[in-house]
Amino acid sequence: MSAPATPETGRTPLLSVRDLRVRFTRDGRTTTAVDEVAFDVAPGQNVALVGESGSGKSVTSLAVMGLLPARGVEVSGSVTYDGRDLLGMRPRELERLRGPEIAMVFQDPMTSLNPVVTVGTQLDEVLKRHFDLSRRERRERCADLLARVGIPDPVRRLKEYPHQLSGGMRQRVLIAIALACEPRLLIADEPTTALDVTIQAQVLDVLAELVAGSSTALLLITHDLGVVAGVCDEVNVMYAGRIVEQAPRRPLFAAPAHPYTDGLLGSIPRLDTPRGAPLVPIPGSPTQTLPWADACAFAPRCPRVEDDCRAGAPRLEARGEGRDVRCFHPLVPTATRKDLR
Amino acid sequence: MSIAESLEKADGLDDGGVNLWRGAWRRLRRSPTAWLGAVIVGAFLLVALAAPLLTSYEPASTQWAGQVGTSNVPGPSEDHVLGLDRFGSDLWTQLVYGARTSLLYGVISTLIGLVAGATLGAVAGGFATVGGRIGGVVDSALMRLVDIMLSVPSLLLAVSVAAVLGQSGTAIVIAIGVAQVPVFARLLRSSMLSQGQADYVLAANALGLRRSRIVMSHLLPNSVGPTIVQATLNLATAIIEVAALSYLGLGAPDPAIAEWGRMLVAAQDRFDEAPRLAVLPGVAIAVTALGFTLLGESLRESLDPRSRR
Repeated sequence: MSAPATPETGRTPLLSVRDLRVRFTRDGRTTTAVDEVAFDVAPGQNVALVGESGSGKSVTSLAVMGLLPARGVEVSGSVTYDGRDLLGMRPRELERLRGPEIAMVFQDPMTSLNPVVTVGTQLDEVLKRHFDLSRRERRERCADLLARVGIPDPVRRLKEYPHQLSGGMRQRVLIAIALACEPRLLIADEPTTALDVTIQAQVLDVLAELVAGSSTALLLITHDLGVVAGVCDEVNVMYAGRIVEQAPRRPLFAAPAHPYTDGLLGSIPRLDTPRGAPLVPIPGSPTQTLPWADACAFAPRCPRVEDDCRAGAPRLEARGEGRDVRCFHPLVPTATRKDLR
Repeated sequence: MSIAESLEKADGLDDGGVNLWRGAWRRLRRSPTAWLGAVIVGAFLLVALAAPLLTSYEPASTQWAGQVGTSNVPGPSEDHVLGLDRFGSDLWTQLVYGARTSLLYGVISTLIGLVAGATLGAVAGGFATVGGRIGGVVDSALMRLVDIMLSVPSLLLAVSVAAVLGQSGTAIVIAIGVAQVPVFARLLRSSMLSQGQADYVLAANALGLRRSRIVMSHLLPNSVGPTIVQATLNLATAIIEVAALSYLGLGAPDPAIAEWGRMLVAAQDRFDEAPRLAVLPGVAIAVTALGFTLLGESLRESLDPRSRR
């Protein structure tokens, strides 16, 4: 397979994932959830992992964090963080890395906070674990963190329990907790999916603002390309466990090359969509896939499918403009683009 | 108001555990059920502790045996508020000292079961949820041990313990306590396992918190609720079991120790002429058990932050 595009800045990547494969074994049957996944996150860069449910994006993030259960899961390939191999790391070392180096915001704010412990304590214990601060300094820092994520009256909120906060507030708290140690990499797994649409925008703004105002790199996992457009520099589109298109934001949104990316973009409303024009859904469901081993998994749902799509697996190939596409019949053929130039 | 200023005003950020229990206490005080349970339990504690002040007679003193006839047990009189029992002892004195025995045996045996069971359960549950690869092995080993304990019927266990230690109060307490261990161990472990699946445990892991911290401050506080209810409910059953084992003659052989279970045995063949001999200790056992049950139930409710009214 081809190496993924190096970020245009040429910086050494902070996180580098190569050939990542995750297989689950249950009752003797093995399922490959993620395969041949490779991407980089440079320091301070915002990278998106986009795909439908079941495309393997969350599994990828959990594999990077080393949070997949030990039993029945087989992870291979390499995950390198700041020159260190994460997959081979001892649990104790990994624990020290989580928090101050890599932190994570989870999808569901209703269940990701401990219900019987106050918000303040949950913030405080992270600081206590990773920093040598006095009780008083930690307390001020906690209140300051809540203020930074836009929670009014933070000192009072510190003493409240999660059930006393709204969903949007809780997600803000989770963001505050994740950013408490000023990590160099923040992984946000569908951070706005569980929230109301109006709150989604607010929380996303808070997240984007905090990430932009610091040196923290962001790996944003989402199914919503609309969310990606405002925040990310690099986009990885996943389908059935593999990356099908990898491109910088601008070329990807201007002219998607993979029919799946095109389908995702066609299914969300845009300002330049003519009034009354229907949105185009991708036909079928993500369960209708062919095994990647000998075909293109997207073939059953692809509008551009041809016979060769069912005969062999396409490989991720460079198509110019820092773009890699896994498709035999991409929407913007290389030749055409060369002509345009 | 700056953050520093408002921090001055705030009366401090306590540890989650402290806050949890303080909140529970606040809610407990507002619950009528808890009050009823507490009043019953409190009354029995008082009776048990102050037994010598509540009666002027010695327990099991048979000095009035002459007044008990073959077909007649003297009822309440000026000297004896509740009358005599079939051996010629003062019934009120027997009941009062019986409370002392029941509560003492019940509490000690439940404490044995709770401490041993919860420790086993917490270790097994902790290893199973955050122990990684070796965690499952430790968990299985501990739980098989618990299964073996569970496979021995508690009555048989009590008889065996009594056989080893001799017929005594200690034997009863250990037998009942040991029989409770599997219940607590399994209960705490299973609630820890279900809490281990919770997102906040994953989130705590993602923040690099120590595994001991995750167990102590996240898993345990969310899991102890059912175990505490069970302990209070077990107090009720332990009191009944103490009576049952005494009824079977496995208790302290010393007749000077008043015991509700033995009072029931003694009352059996005189039930027709003096039903109070069976009814009163029976009611005492039932009401005590009810008191602990009510208290346990309201404790569970108050410990659940979502049940805040």
